Amino acid sequence: MSQNNNQTKPDRQVWTGIKRGQSWHPVEWVAEKLIFLVSLTAIVMVFLIFAFVTREAVPLLLGQINSAATQTVIPLADMDKTPPEVLQAYLELTPEQFASMDRDTKLLLMQTKLDAAKEAPDDKDARINTTEWRYLFLPYKWTGYEQPSFIWQPVSTIKKYNIVPLIVGSIKATVVALLFAVPLALAAAIYVSQLARPKFKEVIKPAIELLSGVPSVVVGFFALIVIATVLQKTFGYESRLNAFVAGIGLGFAIIPVVFSIAEDALTSVPRSFTQAALALGASRWQAAWQVVLPAAIPGVFAAIVLGFGRAMGETMIVLLASGNASIMSWNLFDSARTITATIAAEMGEVVAGGDHYRILFLIGSLLFVVTFLSNMAAQMVMERLKKRLEGKA
Amino acid sequence: MPEISLPTTMLTDVNAAPAARGVPLITIENLALYYGATKALKNISLTLRERVVTAFIGPSGCGKSTLLRCLNRMNDLIDNVRIEGSVKIGGHDIYGADVDVIELRKRVGMVFQKSNPFPKSIFENVAYGLRLHGMRDKSSLESSVEESLRGAALWDEVKDRLHASALGLSGGQQQRLCIARAIAIKPEIILMDEPASALDPIATARVEELILELKENFTIVIVTHNMQQAARISDQTAFFYLGELVEYDATTKIFTNPARKQTEDYVTGRFG
Repeated sequence: MSQNNNQTKPDRQVWTGIKRGQSWHPVEWVAEKLIFLVSLTAIVMVFLIFAFVTREAVPLLLGQINSAATQTVIPLADMDKTPPEVLQAYLELTPEQFASMDRDTKLLLMQTKLDAAKEAPDDKDARINTTEWRYLFLPYKWTGYEQPSFIWQPVSTIKKYNIVPLIVGSIKATVVALLFAVPLALAAAIYVSQLARPKFKEVIKPAIELLSGVPSVVVGFFALIVIATVLQKTFGYESRLNAFVAGIGLGFAIIPVVFSIAEDALTSVPRSFTQAALALGASRWQAAWQVVLPAAIPGVFAAIVLGFGRAMGETMIVLLASGNASIMSWNLFDSARTITATIAAEMGEVVAGGDHYRILFLIGSLLFVVTFLSNMAAQMVMERLKKRLEGKA
Repeated sequence: MPEISLPTTMLTDVNAAPAARGVPLITIENLALYYGATKALKNISLTLRERVVTAFIGPSGCGKSTLLRCLNRMNDLIDNVRIEGSVKIGGHDIYGADVDVIELRKRVGMVFQKSNPFPKSIFENVAYGLRLHGMRDKSSLESSVEESLRGAALWDEVKDRLHASALGLSGGQQQRLCIARAIAIKPEIILMDEPASALDPIATARVEELILELKENFTIVIVTHNMQQAARISDQTAFFYLGELVEYDATTKIFTNPARKQTEDYVTGRFG
C-alpha cells in the first residue's frame, strides 16, 4: 500500500484500463452471438412451421375452394368471353400456371371439366361445397342417412369433411391416456423422489426414463398386438382396436414424460420442508403428500400439461391401435380416428392443392393452435400458482 | 400404537408450578454415532435436566448438531448412520424397538437453523402439526393457533394477516413462526439448531427473549455458535470438540471458571 501511495502517477494511469475495448475477446464474442442466433432460429422456426402449415389452408379459410361434385360448367365456346381471372379459378390454377399454359392446354382442361360434369352423380348433395364451415363442424343430413350426422368421408363421390369425429377421437384417446398415465407417473414420482431408498432410486429412475427412449412405433405395435388382446379379453367389448386401447398405449408413451418432470419438481422442493414436517411428527408419506406435493404443484402441473401435449400430438401409437374408424361416438370402446392419425394416413394419398389436401392442413394448424393455446394457458396458471406459493398474490 | 411412558411430571399441565425444574429428564449413555466408517460422536454421556436451557457449543463439525438430532431421531433419515449406546427420555430408551418415532417427535419438537415455514398461510403453518395429531375442530384449531403465536411473541404482528403466505414474513418473523409451529403441538422438549444464526441482532434478541420465556414450560436444548448467546440464555452448557464431550457444567462455571484448558481456550476465543 505504502509503495503505491508513493507512486501516484503510474497508479493513475492504470485507471485508463477501465475504458471500453481495452480487452477484446473475439472468440467469446463470436460464441455468444452464435448462441443468440441459434436460439433466435428456434423461435423463427416455430413461426415458420406454423406459417407454412397455415398457408396451405388459407384458400379454404377464404372460401376459395369448392369441393362440390357437380359444378357450373363453362362451355368451350364461351372460353374467350370469360374473364381470365374467372377462367383461372374455374380451372383451379395458380396465376403463374395459368399464364404459362397455352390456349390448347386450357381448352383440354375445360374439356376434362365438361367430361367430369357428365359423370357427376345425381344426388341432392352434389352441388354442395362441402368445405364450408357448417359442413366442417355441424351435422348434416346427407343422402342415404336417417338423421343429420357428423361424417368424415374424404374419398367418396360426395366428399364429406366433417372434422368433429376426428376431434372427438383425439380427445377420447388423450383423456384415456392422461387418466391412465398421470396417476401412475405422479405416484412413481412421489415414491422415487420422497420415499425410495437412494439405491433403489438409482435403479428405478433411469428405468422409467428409459421408457421414453422406446420408439413410439414399437409402443404402438405392442398396443396393437398385446394390449389390445389383453384388454379385450378383460373387458369383453366388441371392437378390438378402439380409443381405449390407443389411450392406454399413449399412456405408456407419456408416463416417462410426466414422471421425469414431476420427479424433478418434487426433488427440487427444499429438504427443509420435509424435515420440518417430520420433526412435527408427520410420517414420510404425510410429509410427501401434505407438504412436498403442494409445494411442487407448479412443476407437477407443467408435467401434466406436457403429457397432454405429447398425447395430443402422438401419431404412430394411435395410428396403429385406435382402429382408425372416424365414427362420431363418445364411447371409449368404439374405434376412433385422431387428427394426427388422419393426417399421417391420408396426406400421402391426396392431390396437392386439392380440397382434401387443404383440409388436412387445416386440421394440422388446428392441432398446432390447440397445443399452443393449452401451453400458454398452462404457463399463466403456473405463474399464478408460483406467486401464490411465494406469498406474492 | 406403542407409546413411550414418561414420568407423570411431564404429562401434567405445562402451566403447573415448576416444581420439577432441574430433574434429570434426558440421559445419554455412551452414545456413539457413525456416518459409514466415520465416528462422529465418541461415547458421549450426558444428563439433561427438565425445564432448563442447555446449550451445546463447540467448533463446526464437533458433532453438537448431530447429537441434537439424536434426541428426536432425525438422524434416522440419513443413510449409513449407525448408533451405539442409549438415549433415555424419562427413563425410556428412545432407540428401543417399541418406540413410535412419530409420537417421540410429537413430544420432542425441533426448530431448525434456517427458518423453514411451509409455503402455506401463516395459520396453516401452525395448524399443520395440530391437524397431523388429530385436531379437526375449527374453533379449537383457531384458539390453539392464537395461543401458539402469542407464545412465540408473533401474534400482534400477524393477527391481521393469518391467511397470508408465511413466506411474506421477514426472516426473524419466519423463525418465530417456526417456533410457534413447534410449540403448537405442546412438546415437552424443544431442540433448537442454531435458531438465530441467520437473523439480524434485533431479531436474534427477540428469539432469545422468547427462549427465556419458553423455559418456563419447556425443556430446551440449543446448539449455538454464538458464545455470548449461550452465556445469555442457557443454564447448562456442554462443550464438544471433535465428537467428544469435553466439559458439561453450569453455564456460569463454563464461562468463568472452566475445569479444562481446552474449554477455556474456546470460550475465550483463543481457538475454534
